[in-house]
Amino acid sequence: MPNTLKPSERMKIPRQVPIDQEAEVRKHNFEEVSFGFDESLVSQEMLRCIDCKEPFCVAGCPVGIDIPGFIKLIVEKDYLGAAKKIKEKNYLPAITGRVCPQETQCEAVCPIGRKHQPVAIGKLERFVADYERMHSSFNGFAVDEKRKENVAIVGSGPAGLTCAAELAKLGYNVTIFEALHAAGGVLRYGIPEFRLPKSILDSEIENVKNLGVKIITNFVIGRTATVDELMDEMGFNAVFLGTGAGTPTFLGIPGENLPGVFSASEFLTRVNFMNGYKFPEFDTPVKIGRRIAVIGGGNTAMDAVRTANRLGTEKAYLVYRRGRQEMPAREEEVLHAEEEGVEFHVLTNPVRIIAGDNKWVKGMECVKMQLGEPDESGRRKPVVIPGSNYIMDVDTVILAIGQRPNPILQATTPGLDMSRRGTVVVDEKCRTSREGVFAGGDLSRGGATVILAMEDGQRSAAAIHDYLKVKDEKPKVKEIGAPA
Amino acid sequence: MFEILSKEILAQSITKFVVRAPYVARKHKAGNFVILRVNDHGERIPLTIVDSDPGEGTITIIAQTIGKTTKLLSLQVKGDFLLDVAGPLGNPTPIHDYGTVVCIGGGVGTAEVYPIAKALKAAGNKLVTIVGARTKDLVILENELREISDEFVVTTDDGSYGMKGLVTNALGNFLKKSGSVQGVYAIGPIIMMKAVSDFTKPLGLKTFVSLNPIMMDGTGMCGACRVSIGGETKFACVDGPEFDGHLVDFEELMTRNRSYMDLEKVSLERFNGEPAGHECRTGAKEAANA
Repeated sequence: MPNTLKPSERMKIPRQVPIDQEAEVRKHNFEEVSFGFDESLVSQEMLRCIDCKEPFCVAGCPVGIDIPGFIKLIVEKDYLGAAKKIKEKNYLPAITGRVCPQETQCEAVCPIGRKHQPVAIGKLERFVADYERMHSSFNGFAVDEKRKENVAIVGSGPAGLTCAAELAKLGYNVTIFEALHAAGGVLRYGIPEFRLPKSILDSEIENVKNLGVKIITNFVIGRTATVDELMDEMGFNAVFLGTGAGTPTFLGIPGENLPGVFSASEFLTRVNFMNGYKFPEFDTPVKIGRRIAVIGGGNTAMDAVRTANRLGTEKAYLVYRRGRQEMPAREEEVLHAEEEGVEFHVLTNPVRIIAGDNKWVKGMECVKMQLGEPDESGRRKPVVIPGSNYIMDVDTVILAIGQRPNPILQATTPGLDMSRRGTVVVDEKCRTSREGVFAGGDLSRGGATVILAMEDGQRSAAAIHDYLKVKDEKPKVKEIGAPA
Repeated sequence: MFEILSKEILAQSITKFVVRAPYVARKHKAGNFVILRVNDHGERIPLTIVDSDPGEGTITIIAQTIGKTTKLLSLQVKGDFLLDVAGPLGNPTPIHDYGTVVCIGGGVGTAEVYPIAKALKAAGNKLVTIVGARTKDLVILENELREISDEFVVTTDDGSYGMKGLVTNALGNFLKKSGSVQGVYAIGPIIMMKAVSDFTKPLGLKTFVSLNPIMMDGTGMCGACRVSIGGETKFACVDGPEFDGHLVDFEELMTRNRSYMDLEKVSLERFNGEPAGHECRTGAKEAANA
């Protein structure tokens, strides 16, 4: 019997390797890069967990999933039970199983990893989430007590969806307001189909709705109604703000407004959110040149450059001012980009974008950089090498140098304290300077990750629960009511 | 889903719709726009809110058929639904009693200047309205604007109606005649807004224009709508859409607006039933154009 294996025997089993699409094939399609584990790989990998007395992995997980607990259920072949176990803490496991940086979280602290490779927790999570999606009719948790309070969630990204799910599990009436025409936030407009298929996102959102959460699209908080109107006129007792960091920043170099220069936000939104890669079947066009340079070293930059490759550009360059080691992107994404033929130009910084006769981009002047003393981020600061200027032959430039929170909320919510970086100031319970208003995810963190946004959503839900328990007031009269 | 309650063809290729959108209507102010999507394969396009009735929960939009999306929109009828309408977006026009203001509408831009003119009049301004069109049949909202204006002038390029000439000629005439004007609002083709701004700049006459760059989300997320205002990059959706005409880089805006022209053509031809991306080999197109 496998569960009679001794720890030493378990450690002899090598970490299983997921089934990936071949780089040469996948760089021409938008299908998922990794197919993950099948049941036979799972049946090996699950045995590698030694069920530590003190599970570091749980502490390493931002949302505190009972990892040994769900792996034990996998061993018992109770995949649906395993999925349910994960969902006690994380209602979006098919998403986190795909996009979480496990290598810096749960898997980074797995003791097996000290001598061997850590247990592939992320791939196991993904397997049970996918199994559940295909085999089950699990429709959420039984709610002990239906509560009368209404909570508004602003933004339907990972923070908002998680906060909504957790509050719905506690029995609250939850309504998500989404500015765009479809829910998902960065999971839909930012992360490409080949990393997170929309069908999987759709089904995770459907699961959240099955908890009783209402999602209203085309509703821009700050414009269609303000936070104050949500609370004073529309009958919401608490508000969670999870509008992310979607506003692109630019370099401020000459030529940045030329046609052929796009923010990664625009490029990815066209392709992912508007299905521009299926133009003209879908109406939103995407312009992609023969030689494209993506500026930046984060996950957004990797997403953009790999997307450009799939749209058929001849040359896809990744231009980053620091070295490869300093890139903030996940190692897996960097590797995938390299495998797919992206050419990396590190220690390189653009200084000017040059127009051709037709005013479209025809080149980009760059300088070479070298690493100097560490800066405030702890990484070595890139310094220009004088006289190293040269022209890169490109006709499309995509800037992926970071995003800031959208300015609409702060401009329309009096008394909401903001930092100089444009993020909403929160305390350890995600409380803002406004009573009854909570915030989390990229809106309060600046650019971070999906799972950290989910952690904030979870923490905010607990804080909102505490707040409303104490407050325990009758729901206010709905004057204009929420839209149907 | 947003129901179309009425449809009216105002001129060849210019259509007016009244749409049920109670939340947008409730908050609409002059200068705001909506982003709409006709169906689930559609683009998101910005359109000015021309009028609203918060009591009825309706907004009025007016669109000129230019590309595929506006053509598809023009084919919708009363009782149809628009899939998505989000708004009101953009900053409202600052409305005060300035004294005498001149509102200039060019082509379908007349629809966009109308709510601003109406609000300025209601705030107590003396309202001078100049409507410019290529030809008589393309003059829209004449009665509505005439009714609220203290002075009203139509110019047509071909002289088929009103004064023959450009809106800047009419503006010049008015300034010569009465002198004192505290502000000009010009909305229309970029080339017209540029001409008005160039005309008023040496006079030191404050001029506002409403910009129409390519836009996708309309909430400050994509940066497609970035425009140069006095050398600074601004997003028309959240910083505008109105800007000081004397600071706008109109050349850049024109160039940027042409970014997708080739693909827009592909889309429209495909919609019109012409084979997309192929040269017409049968000669049918030439015959049709002959």
